Amino acid sequence: MPLRLLYRIFPHPILTLILVVVWCLLQNTITLGTVVMGLILGFIIPITTAAYWPNRPPLPKPWRLVNYLALVMWDVVVANIEVARIVLFKSNAAMQPNWVVIPLDLRTPEAITMLAGTITLTPGTVSADLSADGTALLVHALDAPDPDAVRDDIKARYESRLKRIFEE
Amino acid sequence: MIGTAVIIAMAVVGLAQILAMVRLVRGPMVGDRILALDTMVINAIALIVLLGIHWGTAVYYESALIIAMLGFVSSVALCRFVLRGDIIE
Amino acid sequence: MIATILDILIVASLAVGALFILVGSFGLLKLDNCMSRLHAPTKASTLGIGSLLVASMLNAFAYGDGSLNEVLIMAFLFVTAPITGNFISKTHLHGRRKHTDVPPPPQDKIWATDAKNTGA
Repeated sequence: MPLRLLYRIFPHPILTLILVVVWCLLQNTITLGTVVMGLILGFIIPITTAAYWPNRPPLPKPWRLVNYLALVMWDVVVANIEVARIVLFKSNAAMQPNWVVIPLDLRTPEAITMLAGTITLTPGTVSADLSADGTALLVHALDAPDPDAVRDDIKARYESRLKRIFEE
Repeated sequence: MIGTAVIIAMAVVGLAQILAMVRLVRGPMVGDRILALDTMVINAIALIVLLGIHWGTAVYYESALIIAMLGFVSSVALCRFVLRGDIIE
Repeated sequence: MIATILDILIVASLAVGALFILVGSFGLLKLDNCMSRLHAPTKASTLGIGSLLVASMLNAFAYGDGSLNEVLIMAFLFVTAPITGNFISKTHLHGRRKHTDVPPPPQDKIWATDAKNTGA
């Protein structure tokens, strides 16, 4: 089976693809030479770094991740307009910064990392810390009179989607 | 039109750089100073990109990329130093 | 015609980018709470530089050979901004007075930064 052989040579096909694309972008041209050099890198790097990630996260439905990233990109733009409005037009006294504790349903470390990154990039919230056993996330909100609403919003909008991507 | 816009954008980013520098000097806590340094690195990348547009060359992108990487690593190293008193364990 | 539209797009993204970078630095200076200060640069500056890089890419396509290099810088900054923010907030938590203003996590656990402080 040629496909099986290909899978033996490139055990992380997505990583190989990303490495080829990054190499072509670094060279800023797409020729046969850059693609072949990218494939060589995509062959060597996954093999030499395999020892550092013993159990690779299963990603059964990669297109859902693309969907999620599109949602996050849109939210980032909205978030920035919101934060700019708060920063420019609201006095310091009128702001109500608040701590929010988010109990996590996610258990995969990669999913928690993505959730923390998403929270930092989206409206008025920054993820500050994780509890010592990894079951709750401490989030700081810039202007939140109602911390519970922020928590429910994050759980419904991002965490449920990430759970469907990583843990289903 | 673009030439004028680039020069105005440079002036605005330069102003932002000065504001971040005031916070760097004033910052009451260590974290504020690290944050101000990180912001200044991002503003510096913005200035380099604008310079690349202004002079119409592509040679500055490598430097912007390297400054982005160095800025990230130095911010994290500073934070680790404050948190643990050591960078490499 | 297309050149004019491209010019307008370039100028618009330059303006948006510069404005967001200014908002990021202004927020850093204006806000009075050290955790609130974290919000402005991590979000506004990142989007601002993204917008400037889009302008640079459009400019390269309109007046040069075209280049997609900037996508790499953008991707790198968007991935690293949350990590820097998280580390700086851990620094703030580390430097604060003992367990005063932060709510505890559920079920009598402690936050990871405090666990390192006490050596638990």
